[in-house]
Formats: sequence, C-alpha cells, structure tokens
Amino acid sequence: MATGKEQANARHAMPAQDPQVRACNFDEVALGYDHEMAVEEALRCIQCRRPLCVTGCPVQVRIPEFIKALREGDMWQAVEFLKDNNSLPAICGRVCPQESQCEALCILGRRGEPVAIGRLERYVADWEREQGVRVPEVAPSNGIRVAVIGSGPAGLTAAGDLAKKGYQVDILEALHEPGGVLVYGIPEFRLPKAVVAAEVDYLRKLGVSILFNRVVGKLYSLTELREQYQAVFLGTGAGLPIMMSIPGENLNGVYSANELLTRVNLMKAFDFPNWDTPVRVGERVAVVGAGNVAMDSARSALRLGAKEVHIVYRRSREEVPARAEEVEHAEEEGVVFDFLTNPIAVLGNEQGGVTGIRCIRMTLGEPDDSGRRRPVPAEGSEFEMGVDTVVMALGTRPNPLVFIEADGLERARGGTVVADLETGRTTLERVWAGGDIVTGAATVISAMGAGRVAASDIDAFFQAGSPGPWKATKEDVPA
Amino acid sequence: MYCILSKKTLTPVTTEYVIEAPEIARKARAGQFVIVRVHERGERIPLTIADRDADAGTITVVAQEIGATSRRMKELEPGDSLASLTGPLGRPTEIERYGTVVLVGGGLGIAAIHPICQALRDAGNHVIAIIGARSGDLLFWEDRMRQVTDDLIVVTDDGSYGRKALVTVPLKELIEERQIDRVWGIGPAIMMKFVSLTTQPYGVSTIVSLNSIMVDGTGMCGACRVSVGGRTYFACVDGPEFDAHQVDWDLLFSRQRFYADEERRALDLYEENCKAIPEQEDAR
Repeated sequence: MATGKEQANARHAMPAQDPQVRACNFDEVALGYDHEMAVEEALRCIQCRRPLCVTGCPVQVRIPEFIKALREGDMWQAVEFLKDNNSLPAICGRVCPQESQCEALCILGRRGEPVAIGRLERYVADWEREQGVRVPEVAPSNGIRVAVIGSGPAGLTAAGDLAKKGYQVDILEALHEPGGVLVYGIPEFRLPKAVVAAEVDYLRKLGVSILFNRVVGKLYSLTELREQYQAVFLGTGAGLPIMMSIPGENLNGVYSANELLTRVNLMKAFDFPNWDTPVRVGERVAVVGAGNVAMDSARSALRLGAKEVHIVYRRSREEVPARAEEVEHAEEEGVVFDFLTNPIAVLGNEQGGVTGIRCIRMTLGEPDDSGRRRPVPAEGSEFEMGVDTVVMALGTRPNPLVFIEADGLERARGGTVVADLETGRTTLERVWAGGDIVTGAATVISAMGAGRVAASDIDAFFQAGSPGPWKATKEDVPA
Repeated sequence: MYCILSKKTLTPVTTEYVIEAPEIARKARAGQFVIVRVHERGERIPLTIADRDADAGTITVVAQEIGATSRRMKELEPGDSLASLTGPLGRPTEIERYGTVVLVGGGLGIAAIHPICQALRDAGNHVIAIIGARSGDLLFWEDRMRQVTDDLIVVTDDGSYGRKALVTVPLKELIEERQIDRVWGIGPAIMMKFVSLTTQPYGVSTIVSLNSIMVDGTGMCGACRVSVGGRTYFACVDGPEFDAHQVDWDLLFSRQRFYADEERRALDLYEENCKAIPEQEDAR
C-alpha cells in the first residue's frame, strides 16, 4: 500500500480509451492530460540545476523551463520554451520514445517514476493548437529559393525554420497529402491527422508553398532542381520496405507494413467503401517485427476486424525496439507476442492465398553489431502457425528514386546519402540532407533535429556571403 | 491543375482524356505511367501515358471503364480537374535501334503501345504493330496507330473487323516469315502470357508491361510485387516493363485478383448510387 506521500508524488497516468472499445475504432488512444493533471505532473519536476533530461533529448528541448512556466500558469511562455528547440512538439509529445531519451535520465526515475515529460509536452502543444497557432514574425524575404524535398518531419522542420528567416521555400511532396511518414505511416489512433494538418497550416502561414504529386527523380532530377533553386534540402526519409526474401512472400495476404499502413492511413481504407481504396485483413494476422511500425500494423489489423493478431519477433521482449507505451497498448488490446520466433516460409493454398507461416524458435547468442544479442535458430524447433495475413514490418530503406540523375551525390552502403551530421551537407554543392535518408530509419525527433541543423547551416552558408569551396566532410557518417 | 481539356469516347468501354500537365508532358518518355486520383476519396490508379504534347503541355491517357474509379472518371467533363495526377512514373521503355520490331496491343494495350511505336520508329526501327480486341467495336486508334507504324495488322477475336484471329496468330507468322529483333506485348495479362509463349520457342526477346495493383507508384508499398526470373521486383519502379520469358504469370494473375470482391462491391455501390442521384436532386 502506497503512503500518502508516495501517492502524491506518483506519476500521473495518461487517460486513455478503454482497450476493448478502442480496439474497434481508429480514434486516438491516449486522451491527454487535463490542465489540473498537467500542472500536478509539472509540480513533480524538481527543477534540477543541471537537468539530465535535456541531455537525453536529441534536440535539447528546454524541458525544465517549459515545465516551470506550465506550472506557474504561463502557458504562452511554456509554448515559447518548448518550441525554442522543437518545432513539432504536438507530434513529438505523442511519438517520441521518451522512456529511452529525456525520461530515461530524469533524476526522479532513479527512485521512482520519471516526470511524464512527453505527456506535458503534448499538453502544452495541444493547448497552443486550441488557442489558434500564433504565427511568429517572419523576416523579410531574402529572395533565396530553397527546395525542400519531402514533407515529413525533417522537411517540415527545415521549411519552417528557413521560412522564418526569410527564405522562399517550396516543399516538393511525392504523395497527395503533406506529412510523409506522419501521415502514411503513423495511424490516426496514435497521431491524429488534425495534429499534422495544424503543423502544415502553420508552415503555409509562414509563406511556405507545398507542391504535391512531385516525385523528385522522376518529374525533376536533383540536377535540375539545383538549377532552379539556390539550395536543396533532401528529406525523403526511408520509405522503401524491406522484405524477408523467404518462400511464399508474394502470396496474396502478405503485406509490407508500408502497404497496409498506407492503405489505412493515407488512403483511409478502414472506411471502405466510403473511401475507394480497399484493404483486406483476415481473421488471424502475423506481424513480423517489433518496432513501432509493427505495433501500428498489429493494432491496425485488430481495428480492421482481425480476431487474433500476433507479433512475431526473433529476439526477446528485452530487445523490442518499439516505444514502451505502444507495446503496453498493444498488449492491452489483445495483441499476442511470440518472442524468439522467426518465420522461414509463408505457406499458401492453390488460390495463391496465405494459410500460415512456418517458424523456427530462436535463442539469443553473443551480442551483434547493434549491441543486441544475436538471435540464433534452434535446430529442429520448426513449427507452423495458421494465419491468413502476414505483415512484414522489418524496417525500411531510403527510396532510391531521388538519386536518379543526381551526379555527385555520394551514397553510403544501405542506400543512405552521405551527409555531415553537424551541418547536413552532402557531397553535392548546395544540397543538404537530413533525417532517415541520412541515418536510415530512425525517429521523428532525430529527423526533426536534422532538419533544424540543415536549416541553420543553409542560413549560415548564405549569410557568409560568398562562401569558400563546398566542404562536406565524410566523417561522422554512420556506416 | 490537372484539368481535363477534352474527353472522347473511343469504344463503349474506353475513354480518351487529354489532361493539362505541362511538367509531366515535358518529362514523360514512352512506357511510363501516371497515378490518378479521380476525387478526394478516390483510390490511386495507374494509367499509361498514351501520348504527350510538350508544347501544349498535355498528356493523353486512355481508361477502360471496368471499375468504380474509371466509371467515376468518365463522369468528369472538360473543365473538371482530377484530384491528383502523379508522374511520370516507372522506367521508360529501352529505346534503341533494334531493327525490325513487333508491338502487340490488346484492348487498352493499344494505347500503351502507341508511344512506344512512335519512339521506336523515331529511333529508326521498322515498326510493325498488331492491334486486337474481342470485336470491332472495342478497337480504337487505328488511324493514330497507322501514323506511328510501318505496318499495322488489325485483328478481332470474332472477325467483326479486320482479320479474325487472336493477336498471337499474325505474331507467329511474322516471326516465321522474317527476322524479328524484338517484340513488345501489352494488354490483358493473359494476352501477354500468350504473346510470351508464342515468341519463346523462337528466342525472340520479348518485353511486357506488367499491370499489377499499385498504391503509391513510387516503390513505397510493394503491392505491385512481381516475380521475374525468380526474383521479386516492384513493377512501379523496377518496371513496368520486364522480360516476358522470365515472368511468373500465375503469380501476376493471382495478385491481380486479390481485391476482386472489393472491386465488385465498390462497383455495385457506385451503380446503386448512380440510380439514387436523380432522386436526391429532386428532393433538393
């Protein structure tokens, strides 16, 4: 039994839709704090003189400052502190893996539970959105035209920062909606599209124009864009699905997570036939992988009517890369986790449909390059699992289309583009890059941070007047 | 943007649209396609770029009214706009001076081979085309095809127009009569399979354009997976053209049918709504 004092200092749980109810709808699961809860949670922060939380944040959000302003009731001040280093707080508050970043280092976490920094971030950002977003003063136009390729977190951030400084920014987006992975990848129940739309509105108010249905590499090449714009920022992310290359993978009913999620999120297939795009998910679904995309796929499958959904993961619970909250939510909703299990074939019938997967049990061996223990197949442990739908959520790689006719743009192994992480500069003069296209699939916050770094370097480059020879170091580039 | 400038009924089931798309018109090459969304809640469907006019800033596409989306597209009138138009997508046809080439277009495939014939002819090939349909009323663009070919052979399954034959019959004859350096077959999947089977014994290089189900058309989703030579490719970015003799046809047929029930349901619903619309308008 907790003492009164402990209770008073307990972290405030996030109000959420009931698991049974939400597993049948696409509305947002986490409902957000109300003002009283937010202030109470903010009061838990002990305002460290040397705040460790900030060092855990990829963009060094001014966490203690915004929390202090929040509990003092100065909401606009809280917004200002929060947005000083983070241009997409309503999104990051929802999708950041706080438990392995800011909250992991919160001093309160050593003896109890850390301050719910992410939830407070979301509260402040949502409050701002409800007030109607204030558009900051925009510097007079400097006439410098910048093309931002991709309207995901990296591109939105770079575009916003540059527009504020007076650059004339065109975002070129391949799809018909803005937001990139925030729109096609992350489901409504985790990140309502209205939140993304508000950020996009904000950019438009800053004077950014968004040109849809422009596939760079196809409609224009990077080489052509460099002639039309003084600077180009590449933020095309990692949109190409990785499949397993196992037998039966092309059977009907095997999806890449990208396909399932794009149908559902971008094309609104959950509302077929009111929306034209269909999606077919059977009664028993296996999702292979255990990252956020796997959780999103599994939970989407439940909402589409699947009776039983399994996460099939070759490592153990300890190595699961998804956010803790997503795993928790998935379990509450009834997703079954099969750890140390790896599919080796998809089984089908004569009609070309899926009837199951053949799996093998795994054990964990020595740590591999990623520092995680390498899964090793246990000989003779093969078994079959009866499913009619399989979703491959094994990660993504950068889409190579953007590299067509991009002479001089050096790429690393794995299809990423070589860029200096300190500046975003690529090997091609006046071309910057940031986000998943540089790092491989990572997080929204790191992409946002990279967009910010590049915007700042672009500005430095042009401020310098006639800058010297283009220097793009190849150091600090991840293998 | 994406304004329909003209619309022409070609056959009872096919319609030609000239669409304002200056950037695409400038960049498009033979063999490429666009992804169209007809309305705001619409699906993304691939349509081959059948012609383009860079000076006028237009592209021409031909759609067959087989599903709800193409039926809805048919309702659009000149002056109306598409919700979105993305392209040019896919790899262009490899245009070289091969010598004598035969292009087989079945049904809607006639529109697809049109720009390829033109490009191959411009590259100095002797271009022979075989166009076919089930019956004469389903044929279109005979005149336009004559302009981009050296020889044009017209066939129908029922003999109601042109020669009564399947497209593979004159194809086989041509291969036996003379040196044919390359063949293209574009049309229904089953036709492409038989074109492939026809040329294979003679070892004539044959290219087909695989019309698998697509969503984004940019390599993002993999819905369009095809197996060619035992390897998996995404038709949207690795194709749509592939070596016919290496294609796993059964897989293509099966994957094309995956959403058949949903497509049927959407069409039924569309037809019901069409009937319901006049009443609604009366009520207003």
